[in-house]
Amino acid sequence: MIKLITAVIKPHMLDAVKDGLKDVGVQGLTITEVKGYGRQGGHTETYRGAEYTVDLVPKVKVEVVCAVDDAERVIEVIRKTAYTGKIGDGKVWMVDVDLLLRVRTGEMGVEAV
Amino acid sequence: MRRTRKLVAGSAFTAASVAFGGGAAWAQEAVVTAEEVQTNLDNVFVLVAAVLVIFMQAGFALLEAGLTRAKSVANIMMKNMMDFSAGAIAFFAVGYAIAFGSGGNDFFGTGGWFLGDGAFQYGTLTVPVTFIFQVAFAATAATIVSGAMAERTKFKSYFLYSAVISGVIYPVVVHWNWGGGWLSGLSTPFHDFAGSTMVHMTGGVAALMGAAILGPRIGKYGPDGKPRAILGHNIPYAVLGTFILLVGWYGFNPGSQLAADGAIGGIAVTTTLAAAAGAITAMLVIWAKSGKPDVAMTANGMLAGLVGITAGTAAVSNVGAIIIGAAAGAIVVAAVFFFDRIKIDDPVGAISVHGVCGAFGTICVGLFATEDTEFWQQGLFYGGGTSQLVSQVIGVAAVAVFVAIAAGILFSVLKATVGLRVSEEEELAGLDVLEHGAPGYGPDTTPAAPSRSRPDGRTATVPTGASS
Repeated sequence: MIKLITAVIKPHMLDAVKDGLKDVGVQGLTITEVKGYGRQGGHTETYRGAEYTVDLVPKVKVEVVCAVDDAERVIEVIRKTAYTGKIGDGKVWMVDVDLLLRVRTGEMGVEAV
Repeated sequence: MRRTRKLVAGSAFTAASVAFGGGAAWAQEAVVTAEEVQTNLDNVFVLVAAVLVIFMQAGFALLEAGLTRAKSVANIMMKNMMDFSAGAIAFFAVGYAIAFGSGGNDFFGTGGWFLGDGAFQYGTLTVPVTFIFQVAFAATAATIVSGAMAERTKFKSYFLYSAVISGVIYPVVVHWNWGGGWLSGLSTPFHDFAGSTMVHMTGGVAALMGAAILGPRIGKYGPDGKPRAILGHNIPYAVLGTFILLVGWYGFNPGSQLAADGAIGGIAVTTTLAAAAGAITAMLVIWAKSGKPDVAMTANGMLAGLVGITAGTAAVSNVGAIIIGAAAGAIVVAAVFFFDRIKIDDPVGAISVHGVCGAFGTICVGLFATEDTEFWQQGLFYGGGTSQLVSQVIGVAAVAVFVAIAAGILFSVLKATVGLRVSEEEELAGLDVLEHGAPGYGPDTTPAAPSRSRPDGRTATVPTGASS
């Protein structure tokens, strides 16, 4: 069984998360720069004295594909390394992957992780 | 040619040293006199100062680009390129003659069209050096407007405006004072050393008329009518541009002495102090008002200090310069809030910096001038009475009214003929592609636009038969 773990984290925590995942043997991941809002709903700032609302806060989305046996460890590492304790630390979720294929070799399933 | 000059100059140095050392017969054959050396120094200094002022174009370009959005960045760079270019040709053809031509009357000059016969020269300066210095100033007045009209003006209209302000409007204003017109003929002559009014307020008032006739950018005001912040896309550009303007100002103010003499150092000092004081007070005022030291507003504050000191840079003390700069830094913040509130959308603060602080700085000469001289009377705060102050107010009011009317007519005519504002669709998309054909930042700098083919243009062959 293959799992896709997706984490939306604070952009400046990416290096810590990446290094933490490397340390537990994760061999590949994909990141995307994204924007979004959560329960806090963004915040207000000023520019040249005029207010503006940052309702979509910049985040980084990290996607890791791994074997089901490794999933718990990966999630634990992400939680530990992405944690600051302040609002906006993000979320992690996991879904089943029906098919995994390595494009170059044609390997499939766990072989392709 | 170069060799002869070197030899001539060399013998002058020898002559001087010999003369000081007790004299020798051939010292009398010195080819270059001290006066000629001074003349050459004056010309070299003013030419270098002119180049510094022309470098301010780069400062304006970066400042305006930084404080506006990326989708119209090529457009604002293009406007800066063209207000210099159109302005230089127009000022060469007619502007210089209208400003300084010895014919004409109290209101405009004639003579020396296309730098021909009778073209003006100042003191020891040659005609070309005088012209280069003045054309740099004309281009400065013109370029002030582009930021205030950013992100929504038809390029064609802006191009036409550039030629008219540098060719006619600015030269008429200059003639009134520097060209020997009626403001210089007041019983206490109006004094604007380097152009707080002549250059900056002229540009600022034209900017006000342009921005008012254009209307605000789409999205600047919410449905409730409250001003909304439209963030500039590159604060480092804005700050670098501000620093370049500061450097350019060492040509603008000391260069306006139009001679390489002992006064230029003091002028550089008052310029520096006012810039620093303006930046600090603007930062403190915006910090108190909105809770954070806003970078763009602080940049405006530094420029406000510079614009403010430009009129009185030679006439006021160092303490006076700090007070003028500091006051300008506070005034500029209030002015930005004011124009925001009355729905005049000035993305870079040009009206507040150049228009409001230009007027303020000019009037300050009548308050802070430390003593009576050939060119100005002692200011009110130093016990000199109100005669200079009154002349300053008259000059500011007259120039403001004239430029408002002239620029108002110009922009209204452009609006009625070629059109002043781009379509709503174009404004929302950004002006770069629709006005100029390509974005300011090309597609390979945009992460969202992936390339569809391999860089080498080939298609890879997928190996078949691999099993899982």
